[in-house]
Amino acid sequence: MLPLGIAQTWAYRRFITGSVMQEFRARYSQSLLGGLWAVLHPLALIVIYSVIFSKLMTTRLPGYAQPYAYTIFLCSGLLLWTFFAELLTRCVGLFVQNGGLLKKVNFPRLTLPLIALFSALLNYLIIMALFFGLLLVAGATPGFEVLGALPVVAIVSGFAVGLGLLGATVNVYYRDVEQFTAVSTQFWFWLTPIIYPVAIVPEQYRYVLEWNPILPLVVAMQDVFLRGTLPHWGSLLYPALIAAASLGLGAWVYFRLGQDMTDEF
Amino acid sequence: MSFDAPMPLPAGALKLQGIGKAYRLYGKKWGRALEWMGIGHHHQLHWVLKNIDLELGPGEALGIVGENGAGKSTLLKLVTGVSRPTSGHIEVGGHISALLELGIGFNPAFTGRQNAAHTLRLSGVEDQAIPVLLEGIEAFAELGDYFEQPLRTYSSGMQCRLGFATATAVRPDILIVDEALAVGDVFFQQRCYDRIGAFRESGTTLLFVSHSAQAVFALCERAILLKDGEVAIDAKPRAVIDLYNAQVVARSSGQGVTVIETSPLTEQETDSGAPDDSMDGPGTTGSYTAGAARLIALTVLQDGQPAAAVIANAAMVVRVEVAFLEHVADPHVGLQVRDSRGEVLYRAHTHGLGVSLGDASAGDVIEVDFQLMPHLMPADYTLTVGLGAGGKPGGAIEHSLLRHQDVASFSLVRSPDDDHWDGVVNLQPQVVHRRLAESESGG
Repeated sequence: MLPLGIAQTWAYRRFITGSVMQEFRARYSQSLLGGLWAVLHPLALIVIYSVIFSKLMTTRLPGYAQPYAYTIFLCSGLLLWTFFAELLTRCVGLFVQNGGLLKKVNFPRLTLPLIALFSALLNYLIIMALFFGLLLVAGATPGFEVLGALPVVAIVSGFAVGLGLLGATVNVYYRDVEQFTAVSTQFWFWLTPIIYPVAIVPEQYRYVLEWNPILPLVVAMQDVFLRGTLPHWGSLLYPALIAAASLGLGAWVYFRLGQDMTDEF
Repeated sequence: MSFDAPMPLPAGALKLQGIGKAYRLYGKKWGRALEWMGIGHHHQLHWVLKNIDLELGPGEALGIVGENGAGKSTLLKLVTGVSRPTSGHIEVGGHISALLELGIGFNPAFTGRQNAAHTLRLSGVEDQAIPVLLEGIEAFAELGDYFEQPLRTYSSGMQCRLGFATATAVRPDILIVDEALAVGDVFFQQRCYDRIGAFRESGTTLLFVSHSAQAVFALCERAILLKDGEVAIDAKPRAVIDLYNAQVVARSSGQGVTVIETSPLTEQETDSGAPDDSMDGPGTTGSYTAGAARLIALTVLQDGQPAAAVIANAAMVVRVEVAFLEHVADPHVGLQVRDSRGEVLYRAHTHGLGVSLGDASAGDVIEVDFQLMPHLMPADYTLTVGLGAGGKPGGAIEHSLLRHQDVASFSLVRSPDDDHWDGVVNLQPQVVHRRLAESESGG
C-alpha cells in the first residue's frame, strides 16, 4: 500500500538515524567553522539580548543574586524557543522540499518529520551542553531538577511536529503556509515571555498571554535553570493537551489530504 | 483453511485491473480549500490513464512505448507506488526496483560509499546486508579511489555508474528501467544490459520504457503502446514498434496521414488486382496513408518468375506498383527488408539511390523494380513499401505519404553451390593464403 504507515516507518529506522548523522556531518564538511554556526546563531542573540536588556531587567528580576541571572533566564527560554521554531519551520517545508525524492522513490514519508525531529534534538542537545558549561562558570549548576526539563522538551517536540505535519501537508497545496509560519513565529516570539519576565506584563493584559501554550513551557525551563525547582506540573497540562491535539490534527490532516501529494510535485 | 482469501501474487508477478489515474484541476485557487471545508465541488478530473488492464507473470519482459504525454511515467509511478490510482486495483508480487533517475537522493558532499549506503537504506535494505552490498557496488561501479571521494568530484558518467550499481545491488523481483539508461561509455552500457539480462535469467520481471525500437527488441518479448492514456496495442514488440512508428509519422507529418490496418498481399490478390480487400481483416500494424496514392501490387521475382522462395546469392527483383490518386511532385518509392523479429536489415528509397521518377498526376501508375542481391542468411524475410515526396539534398525525403508494413514476404533458401557461413550478412570474402615459413620435415 501507500507509504503512509507507521509500521514501515519503524522498518526504516536506520534510514532515519543515517539521515540524521548525514545531516550532522554535512554541517561540518563544507564550511570552516562547521557546526559552530549552529551555536553561534543563538549565541549572538543571547549576547545581544543580554547586553541590551540585562541592565533594564535586573530590577525586574528581584531576588536573584547571581551575576548572570538574566542571561540564565534568557537562555532557558530562548534555547527552547529556537528549538521549537526551527523544528516547526523545517517540518512545514518538508514535503515540498523533498518533492523530487517523493515522486521518484517509494519510502515511508513519515520518516521525514522524524529525521527533522532527531536532527533538531541533536542540535538542542549540543547547545544545552554549552549552556551547562555556562551554568558551571556562573556557579549555578542545577541539581536533579534538571530532569524536569525532559517532559518539557517532549511536549515542545510533539507540539512542533504535530503543527509542522499539519502545515507541511497544507503547504503542498498552498505554499502560503511557509510564509505564514515565518511571519507568525515572529509575533509568537514576542508574545512569549522569553526576553522579558511575565511579571512585567500588567495584570489586566496577562490573559492575552494565557492562550499561549509555549508560555508555561518557557516558564518551566526558567524554573528549572534559574530557580532550581521542578516545573509546576499542573501548568504543563494545558500545553501537553495542546501538543497531543496538534499531533492528532496533524496526523488526521496528513492521512486525509496527504495521500495524493505526489500528484502536486 | 480459507478458500476466500485472495492468493498473494507470486514474486515477480504484476496485475493491474481497470487502472485509471486522474489529476484534479481546480479552476479557482480557493476551490481546493473550499472543498476541504465541505463547501461545493470545484475540481475537474483530468484523466491521464484509463482502463489499463495488464497482467505480467514472473520473468516476463514488457516494453512500454508511447509518445511524450501518453502516460508512461504516470503508469510507472503507480506501479512503484509513489502515486495512487484514481480507479482500479494494482497488485505487485515482491520487491520493486526502479531505474527512473539514477542517483536520486545523492548528496554531493558525501563520498560514493556514504551515498551508496544511504541510498540502500532509502530503498529499505536491512542494515546487516549493507557492507556486503557495498563491496559489490564498489566492484561494479569501477570508480577506483573515487569511491572514497566526495560525489562533487565525480564526472556525470561516474555518478551514473554509482547510481546504476547502487540501484541494482539487490536483485529485485520487478525491475523498472527507463531508457535514460544511456550510462557512461559503451562498455559500461554493455555491462548494464548484461546485469539486466542476468536478473532476467534469475526470474526478474522487467518493465522497460523506451523510444528505442532496438532496445525493446533486444530486451522484451512483449510490449504495449500507450496512446492518450490507454493501451493501444499489447502484442509482440515488432507489431507495437511498427504501430508506434506509424503514429509518430502520422502526427508529425501534418500531411493528413492516417494510420491504417493492412495485411500481407497474397499472390491471388496481387494477381486479381484487388488490393482494397487487403485493407480489411487482421493484419500487420504500422501502415499509414495520406490518401494521395495506393499500392496496387508488390511482387517478388527471380529469373523473371514470381517467387515465394528465393535462392540466396542470385539476383532477385522486388516490383512495386503504385497508383496515384492526386498530383504528387517528385514521388519516391522506398523498400525495407526485415527479419522475422522485425529488425530492419536493409532500407533504401529511389531518391537515396539517385533515381528520379518524375512528377505524378492523378491516374498515373508507376512500376518500380528494385533488383537486389540477397546476400543474407537463409531465413524468412518481409518487405515493407513506402511512398514519399520531395527528395532533399543529403538523401532525405520531405514527407511520407504511404507505408505498407510487411506487405509481402519471401523465404531465402541456400543455393547448393553456396559457401557455408553463418551470421546475418554474407560479406563474400575472398580468401587468400600464403605460407610464410615451412618446417624442414614438411613436404
